[in-house]
Amino acid sequence: MDVEILARIQFAFTIGFHYIYPPLSIGLGLVLVIMEGLFLKTGNRIYEHAVRFWIRIFALIFGIGVATGVIMEFEFGTNWATYSKYVGDIFGSALAAEGIFAFALESGFLGILIFGWKRVSPRVHFFSTIMVFLGSLFSAVWIVVANSWQQTPAGYHIVGEGLNARAEITDFWAMVFNPSSVDRLLHVWIAAILAGAFMVLSVNAWYILHKKYLEIARPSFKIALTVATVFSLLQLYTGHRSADGVAHNQPAKLAALEGHYDSSSRADMYLVGYVDNKHQKTMGIKIPGGLSFLVHGDFNAPVPGLKAFRPDERPSQVNSVFQFYHLMIIVGMSMIGLSLLGSWFWWKKTLFDKRWLMWIFAFSVLLPQIGNQAGWFAAEMGRQPWVVYGMLKTSDALSKMVTANQIIFSLVLFTLVYIVLFALFLFLLNKKIQHGPVDYGAREHIEEGTKRDNPILEHDPDGIYIRKKL
Amino acid sequence: MIRMAFTSERNYKMYTLLGIDLNTWWFLVFGAVISGYAILDGFDLGAGALHLFLKKEQSRRIAMNAIGPLWDGNEVWLVIGGGALFAGFPVAYAAIFSAFYIPFMVFLIGLIWRGVAIEFRSKEPMRWWRKTWDIVYCMASIIISLSLGLMLGNVVGGLPLNKDHEFTGDWLFFFNPLSILVAITTLALFMMHGAIFLTMKTENRLYIKLHLLSNNFTIFFVVSFVITTFYTLLYVPHLSDFFKARPGYFVIPLLMILCIANIPRQLKKGKYRYAFISSAVTIALLLVMVALEVFPYLLYSPQNPAASITVYNGASSQKTVKILLIIALIGTPLVATYTSFVFWTFKGKVKLDEMSY
Repeated sequence: MDVEILARIQFAFTIGFHYIYPPLSIGLGLVLVIMEGLFLKTGNRIYEHAVRFWIRIFALIFGIGVATGVIMEFEFGTNWATYSKYVGDIFGSALAAEGIFAFALESGFLGILIFGWKRVSPRVHFFSTIMVFLGSLFSAVWIVVANSWQQTPAGYHIVGEGLNARAEITDFWAMVFNPSSVDRLLHVWIAAILAGAFMVLSVNAWYILHKKYLEIARPSFKIALTVATVFSLLQLYTGHRSADGVAHNQPAKLAALEGHYDSSSRADMYLVGYVDNKHQKTMGIKIPGGLSFLVHGDFNAPVPGLKAFRPDERPSQVNSVFQFYHLMIIVGMSMIGLSLLGSWFWWKKTLFDKRWLMWIFAFSVLLPQIGNQAGWFAAEMGRQPWVVYGMLKTSDALSKMVTANQIIFSLVLFTLVYIVLFALFLFLLNKKIQHGPVDYGAREHIEEGTKRDNPILEHDPDGIYIRKKL
Repeated sequence: MIRMAFTSERNYKMYTLLGIDLNTWWFLVFGAVISGYAILDGFDLGAGALHLFLKKEQSRRIAMNAIGPLWDGNEVWLVIGGGALFAGFPVAYAAIFSAFYIPFMVFLIGLIWRGVAIEFRSKEPMRWWRKTWDIVYCMASIIISLSLGLMLGNVVGGLPLNKDHEFTGDWLFFFNPLSILVAITTLALFMMHGAIFLTMKTENRLYIKLHLLSNNFTIFFVVSFVITTFYTLLYVPHLSDFFKARPGYFVIPLLMILCIANIPRQLKKGKYRYAFISSAVTIALLLVMVALEVFPYLLYSPQNPAASITVYNGASSQKTVKILLIIALIGTPLVATYTSFVFWTFKGKVKLDEMSY
């Protein structure tokens, strides 16, 4: 296989795997802030147990997020050297800001979050939780700004020619607030919050189904359901704004998202469908003129189709782009439906009696994850063949001196490591969930009337018994 | 598209601050971040590299928990360093990481395994489980330290580059004598640094053991450092040009030797905090010397000096460098404040509790 495809596969694989984790940290961060805030306000120990439990899960997710994220930062240099030179002037300042403002904040205070319960006061601990959440929010800012600049470049000029050409900043704030960055950032933030909220919903639904830790699971479920309902509805708005932005800034991408070929005719909007790129046709269930209405507010207005672009300047994988985009929308709508349904039964006071609904919620953690991946695949594949829209092609962005064998070597290594990493992640996550949101010291306090588990003892070669850490 | 004449010797106006141009300022910032990384991650990598010297389960747990709340934050300095290089010197970033493809991938995968080992070791009580993760943890720490040193050695010694600043050798090139010596010295330095850190954090019998280890690793470091220095003076003479031309700067190596000598002295007195500060300063001074020798080159090409990457031909535009300096000016005091706060929170000897690894 040629270097370009290998490098793209490697990037997609490593970023896709990485992107399981950061959205969860952002979303769980918000849930942690809410729970710990409620604990400080009400003094109710239920919230303390919940927040301690979710901090343990947060730490696991954060750890894998950092480990896989470090790789991303250097992959630009290893595999995409020409790209790095080309955008370094712009991308670099965003990345540096991200490191110094976001990562350092997040990981610095995370130590206090996990290990500092006895070393700092509850207020300082709460402050640390807020800082960790802010750090995770900031970390999304700069990377989304950098990616948005690749979609809709602004505030730059081109210096040099050929191999030495590169983009240089002319206006920092125009670069930061490029036409798509605000809409896309909000969209990414909310998607991340949904990832966290649905994870909390999912785990607590499982507890409720198994009649475990109900005192903690029910209030936690309600907190997460509130977050999920509010933000899944908000997501509808930011999603619309993003699509609107694509229509104005990246017409070829919009055409690919909806599988729209003919510029002269009105453009339809599909609910589900299939794109036959060979015959340049799209079939499926559609709203006639829907896309025209979205873009121009008129069902019959023409929208530029793929045929309006040179074949080497439009995405080659139109069907994949179409499918990923529609999958994201279907998933988004399901999240809205599910959280509204949950809220309805909550209002009816029968939420926790609906076992079928709890079963759906128990698996709902997958929805935002699928939505996130599908959304990014649509965004990135839709931008092809460009790596910087209209300026630099992906095929020109590679490291000239890196060979296919080197990429295969690292790709095989990453695949092996990530398979093990993912298996271990699931194993540990499961272990923490099985252990439940109760600390040993306070177990009898919560599970009144039930037999207290003995602390698990292990044999130590020194003959000292130490309590196992969970 | 706007086109402009553009050569490797740029002719734009250079801005200066306190008589030093902005590119040099950013080089200093980058150097400071790398020193910070070496000092901070150095002690936890060193603690990992000597992990198998500790035999008892309890000792290993305490050693891991000594770095427990800190290692993740320390690694962030690597991320900041990478960002600083990408932002300020994208040409060097592109050339260095595509050249060091294989060693860097090994380094990154080492980092992942190390984090995994720290996280997973405590999760099961079986002896085989813990032993396996101990070995992974120790080996990963050693491999990370060696590959860092190897890459540093190659940056110092220079790489063959073509006119587009692209590496033209293959990965076997990296295993030259100078780089191997630098790699071993780096490992020894980190092990000494880590042993002193652990001694500072422990009590009783483990503390006595670590005290002995600190002494041994100090000897290991001094020996490998002396060999590397002599090799450099004899076979890579151009690396000492800077100091030969400017005798006044000999005060830096002199200071460093004093610092190194101070380590066994403080260890003997039992003043581990001072010993730790001395080894931290040693790391910083070593990197200052490297920086003085290589400056203004970021990546030197001995075969084709015109193809070398300097802080001028490899830099971002003046505007970007200016923005970066503003970001650093705002960010550094913030990072310093809360890093000190976190270290202050976890000061003192390690106590195991239910949240420990």
